Amino acid sequence: MKIHEHQAKQLMAERGIAVPVGRVATTVDEAVAAVRPIVEETDNPVVVVKAQIHAGGRGKGRFREHPDLGGVTVVTAGVDGGISAAEEAVRELATKMLGSTLVTVQTGPEGKQVNRLYIEQGIDIARELYLSILLDRAVSHEIVMASTEGGMEIEKVAEETPEKILRADIDPCVGLLGFQAAALGWGLELEGEAHANFVRFVRALAEASAEWDTDLIEINPLVVTTGGEVMALDGKMAFDDNALFRHPEVVAMRDVSEEDPDELEAKEAGLSYIKLDGTIGCMVNGAGLAMSTMDIIKYFGGEPANFLDVGGGANAEQVATAFQIITRDPNVKGIFVNIFGGIMRCDTIATGIVDAVRRVGLEVPLVVRLEGTNVELGKRIIDESGLDVISATDMKDGAQKIVELAR
Amino acid sequence: MSILVNSDTKVIVQGLGRTGQFHTDKAIAYGTRMVGAVHPSKAGTVHVFEGQTDASGVPGRDETYRVELPIFRTVREAVAETGANASVVYVPPPFAADAIMEAADAGIELIVAITEGIPVADMVRAKRYLEGRSVRLVGPNCPGVITPRECKIGIMPGYIHTPGRIGVVSRSGTLTYEAVYQLTKLGLGQTTAVGIGGDPVNGTDFVDVLAMFEEDPDTDGVIMIGEIGGTAEEDAAEFVKSEMTKPVAGFIAGMTAPPGKRMGHAGAIISGGKGTAAAKVAAMEAAGIVVAPTPTDMGQAMLEALGR
Repeated sequence: MKIHEHQAKQLMAERGIAVPVGRVATTVDEAVAAVRPIVEETDNPVVVVKAQIHAGGRGKGRFREHPDLGGVTVVTAGVDGGISAAEEAVRELATKMLGSTLVTVQTGPEGKQVNRLYIEQGIDIARELYLSILLDRAVSHEIVMASTEGGMEIEKVAEETPEKILRADIDPCVGLLGFQAAALGWGLELEGEAHANFVRFVRALAEASAEWDTDLIEINPLVVTTGGEVMALDGKMAFDDNALFRHPEVVAMRDVSEEDPDELEAKEAGLSYIKLDGTIGCMVNGAGLAMSTMDIIKYFGGEPANFLDVGGGANAEQVATAFQIITRDPNVKGIFVNIFGGIMRCDTIATGIVDAVRRVGLEVPLVVRLEGTNVELGKRIIDESGLDVISATDMKDGAQKIVELAR
Repeated sequence: MSILVNSDTKVIVQGLGRTGQFHTDKAIAYGTRMVGAVHPSKAGTVHVFEGQTDASGVPGRDETYRVELPIFRTVREAVAETGANASVVYVPPPFAADAIMEAADAGIELIVAITEGIPVADMVRAKRYLEGRSVRLVGPNCPGVITPRECKIGIMPGYIHTPGRIGVVSRSGTLTYEAVYQLTKLGLGQTTAVGIGGDPVNGTDFVDVLAMFEEDPDTDGVIMIGEIGGTAEEDAAEFVKSEMTKPVAGFIAGMTAPPGKRMGHAGAIISGGKGTAAAKVAAMEAAGIVVAPTPTDMGQAMLEALGR
């Protein structure tokens, strides 16, 4: 589960991890009202207006409705004009940004609607660094990654100048140790006060990461101010979905407007669904089989419309929900049901399909491949239903048939 | 011969809830030596399992079975009373890692964790706890381990398996069934089929299982089934190239998976450009592994690898 930058910063601030002063706004008036307290608290007339969406690349991103406007904009009007000038500039920006669509490298061409802004103090930046905490699957524990190349895409840095990436392993028994944090700081060419601030920052963050069950914390950039402070200028956090049960405070931060409504509905029904751009809807049991069903459709010249895993123990009701979600997609020109029943019995799937088709109707070709537990019973249920369903002998046969029919 | 489990394996089940009961019943029907259960709230009682014997399971048994499975409070008690050397974990996600560590502490040699949805941080700790102990963890989030007609630990349908000389190792449950079914239809039986699970942190990886199959005199070839995410398949390819003499076939799921999206399994995600199916297939082919172009061709790929 992802959260917004302002929420990540709130979590960090609560633990004494240094972040700039800022306020969230969902209306133009709230954005304007945020300016005065921030300027007065920080004694800095510069503020920054930051669009809050669950995607990176906001600074370089542009609004579709306002092609000259970036998702992160610095307001300097207050330097000469005072607070009221800054407020007016923020009013103009917020009016344009709220409700508009921000397109970044990570949102895809369709972009994302901006529903909230974060108004933040301006920072006098001396250096921009990179810092993240994430799982290294190869060693089965979390690591800290740091780099002097802040503000850049870390994948690019890793590829072009791998020597500029520093790492430290976090032993789950003892956490990130003092000497590790110190070595990272020196590796980042930090000295004196800034070094001490960094050590404090990274140790607190590593501790917080373990406590919050984060999948990823990425601070890019982590800045060193001209005064030697070390703070998170940006903050990206994602949490382990499997651990959310023990973090109600994080669950409360969920912004469902950032999630695909179909994917959300599927999740609530205990299904795993991901929407894609193709024309052939898929319903499969098991993640691996579901992925390879998409692959085999592509292999025979079709394009999958979705990933859908009904899981190992789905009931007829869940199957019906899955079917409804698939048929709702207007791009879908054919459906391929591919089931290898292990725990999942083929008759359960068959009953669910028949129910669903009776309920929602069927306007596109449907190919069903059943194999495994109770396969004969499942086939009989479908045959006797009188529905217009095409049977497939195996996955290949089914994929070829549906690709042909959906043309 | 086989790897990990055979007819001598004595198994306890941790977590005798609805799922645990269902699959314990199937395991007993198959002929697995289920000797006890750990479920503190039911400790001191027995759970009666009875029904029709699974004809595809261990041969030479009666047509029906009736087992009174004793239930214990702790794994330690269960081991002391039953002499169990393996455990299967169906404990719900919030408590599953603790159950794994309890089994390790009690001297269980093989822990098969079926539970899906264990927090990553819990598994990181559990894996660290298991370090240096003589215990093997398979899973979590896996279908389990089966040696056909000897021992079935987990949730796979027994009847698709047949004894033979091919080893199977996979991150995916249903794709394992698909592969096993194809092998069986081609007359290629299996020594053992191992599901290593779909989580990003697991107890046993491809290399561990490949090494065991390489050592097993009754295994002639291995099929490995991977998917997007991580670099376990690339590591396995490296191992096959440098250490294995036996033919290996394979398949990778997720050629069409979009980056940044978790495809059902917690571990099936392409992140930062890493873990793509294309990179895995390339590494495997470079190591001389016959990679099936579609999942329907997994059995054929194994035949081809054996014929090389």
